Amino acid sequence: MNNTTVVAAKNLTKVYKMGEMEVHALRGLNAEIQRGEVVSIMGPSGSGKSTLMNMLGCLDRPTSGEYYLDGESVADMDDDQLADIRNRKVGFVFQGFNLLPRSTAITNVELPLRYGNANNGRSRREAAIEALNSVGLGDRLDHRPNELSGGQQQRVAIARALVNNPSIIMADEPTGNLDSKSGEEIMDLLLNLNKERGTTLIIVTHDPEIAELTQRVINIRDGVVEAKL
Amino acid sequence: MKFTQSFIEALESLMANKMRSSLTMLGIIIGVAAVIAMLALGTGAQDSIIGEIEGIGTNLLFIRTDTENVLNPKPLMLTDAESLDDPLNAPDVKAVAASVGGAAEVSFSGESSVVTVLGVTPDYSTVQNMVIAEGEVITDIHLAGQASVAILGANVAEDLFGRTHGVIGESVRISGQPFRVIGVLVSEGGTDFGSADDQVLVPLTTAQVRIHPQDTRGEVDTIYVSAASSETVQDAITQVSSILRDRHNNEIGAEDFSIMSQQSMVDMMSSITGILTIFLGGVAGISLLVGGIGIMNIMLVSVVERTREIGLRKAMGARRMDILSQFLVESSLLSVIGGGLGIVFGWVISAVVGQIATASDFALNPVIGLDAVLMATLFSGAVGIFFGLYPANRAASLEPVEALRTD
Repeated sequence: MNNTTVVAAKNLTKVYKMGEMEVHALRGLNAEIQRGEVVSIMGPSGSGKSTLMNMLGCLDRPTSGEYYLDGESVADMDDDQLADIRNRKVGFVFQGFNLLPRSTAITNVELPLRYGNANNGRSRREAAIEALNSVGLGDRLDHRPNELSGGQQQRVAIARALVNNPSIIMADEPTGNLDSKSGEEIMDLLLNLNKERGTTLIIVTHDPEIAELTQRVINIRDGVVEAKL
Repeated sequence: MKFTQSFIEALESLMANKMRSSLTMLGIIIGVAAVIAMLALGTGAQDSIIGEIEGIGTNLLFIRTDTENVLNPKPLMLTDAESLDDPLNAPDVKAVAASVGGAAEVSFSGESSVVTVLGVTPDYSTVQNMVIAEGEVITDIHLAGQASVAILGANVAEDLFGRTHGVIGESVRISGQPFRVIGVLVSEGGTDFGSADDQVLVPLTTAQVRIHPQDTRGEVDTIYVSAASSETVQDAITQVSSILRDRHNNEIGAEDFSIMSQQSMVDMMSSITGILTIFLGGVAGISLLVGGIGIMNIMLVSVVERTREIGLRKAMGARRMDILSQFLVESSLLSVIGGGLGIVFGWVISAVVGQIATASDFALNPVIGLDAVLMATLFSGAVGIFFGLYPANRAASLEPVEALRTD
C-alpha cells in the first residue's frame, strides 16, 4: 500500500448466519484501488458484489480481514466510528436516488454536512450550492424531488455524494432507474467529475456497457476477485 | 446535528402527516385537558366549600351525639344546651343554641317544596350570623308557647310567594299544619352547603311536637356554641366538654358527644376534597397515559415507514444519537404541543363548568394553579420522551445495510 492507494482490502471474509446455515458471501477477497481511478465492480447476483460494496462503503464490517480506506483501518471500528468515516470519506449514489422526498434539493445536499462536525450554517449552504452547480442544477436549488426528473434527481444525489469531498464515491447501479439518455448523461457527469476533480469512482453494475466506460473492471465470483483473463 | 435543525425537521415531518399528527396529539390534548380541568374544578370546589364553612363564623362549635366510643350514649337534650349557658363554669361561651330538624314539605296555595325545616332556640340566628330581612326573630315566648310561627329562608319565600318581601303574616303549611310567617332571612346568595336560604326556621318546641314528633323527648340534633372570640375557641371546647361529661357521666376519651370546631370542619372538608381532587386527577391521568401509548404506536409505525430514510441518513454519516434524537424530538414535540393545547382546552372546560355551576347556584371558581400547568407540561413532555424512547431506539438500532435494502 502506498499513498496513492485509497482502497486496500486484504483477505476480506464475510459470513452471514441464516439460522443454522452459514453463508460465505466473501471468501478472502483482495482488492486495491488507486486514488483517481474509475473502477467498476461486476458479478452475477449472489457473487458477493453487494456485500463487497457494503464493506467498501463502510456500511458493514468484514468478519475477518483488513480494510484500509484512505489509510484508516476500518475493520474493527464501532458503529459511530463507521458513521463518521462514511460521513467524511464516502459518497453514495444509489440506484433509486434515495432523496428525502419532502426536502428541497439544497436541503438534501446539505444532509451529509449536517452529520459532520465543525460546519456552520453559512458555509454549509455555500458548499451545497457549489455542489449543485457542479452537477448543473444551480437553478433548481429549492425544487423538491417530485418536481425534478429522474436524471435531475440522480444529479442531486451526486451533488450530495460530492459535497463532503469524499475519498471515494460509491455508485450502485447509478443508471439502473433511468432511461438510456439520462443514463448516458449521468455517466458523463460522473466521468467528468473524475476528470476535473480527480474523484475516485467505484461503480457497481451488471451492465457491460457501463463497465466499458470505466478504466478497470473488478469481477467478483463466489466471494473472490476473479482472475484476470 | 444542531438542535434547531432537528426541531425544524421534526416539525416538517409532523406537518407532512397532518391528519395523523393531529389525531395522535388529540390523545394528549384530551389527557392534559382532563387533568387540568379536574384539578381546577377540584381545587375550586375545595375553596368554595371551605369559604362557606369559614363564612359560618370562626368562633362556632358544633356539638353532636357521637355513638362511636360508648355503648349506651345519652342523647343530647335541650337541657344540655341550657346548661352550657353558664357564665361561671363556661366563661368563654358567648351564646348557645340548639336545633332539631329534617326535611319537611312546605306549601302555600298550591306551591309546595320540600326543604329543611329546623326547630331552633332564639339564639340560633345569633350564632349563625343570620340577618332578618323583614319581620322578627324567634323568641323565648314563641318557644314557651310552642307557637306556630316560621321564618323563611330567601329561596323558600321566593319559591312559595314569588317574592321575598311583604309576606309577613301570610300562612304557610308545614307538614300539613298551618304556620304564620313572622320573618324572612336576608339571602346569603350562592351557597349550597347547609345554606339558610333553603331553610325554614320554627321554634324548637313547636318542631318537636308538631313536625318531628319522634323527637318529643326533648332531644336536640345539634347544639351550637359560639365562643367569645377565635382565641378562646380552645378554652370554650374544654369548658363545654367538661360540663357535658359531668352531665352524661362520661370518662375522658369516652364521650358520647363530639365537638367540632369550624377549623376541624375545614380540615376535614379539605382532606375530603383533596382526596377527591387527587382521585379525579388520577383518573384523568389515565387518559394521558392512553394518549402516550397512542404516541408510541404512531412513532413505531413511523419508524417502519421511514426505515429507508433512516438507512440513508446512516449512510450519510448519522450516528446512533442523531437518529435517536430525531425521533425523540418528534415524539416530544407531539406531546408538548398537545400538552399546551390541552392546558388551554382544560382551562376552557373548567371555565364552562364553573359558569354552569354558578348558574345553578353553586359558587365554583375553577382554580388553575401554576403548579398544575407546570405539572401538566412536564408530565406531557415526559410522556413524549418515555413513549418515544422505544420507537426511537428501534430506529437508531437499525443496521444501515438492512435499512437501505428495505423498499
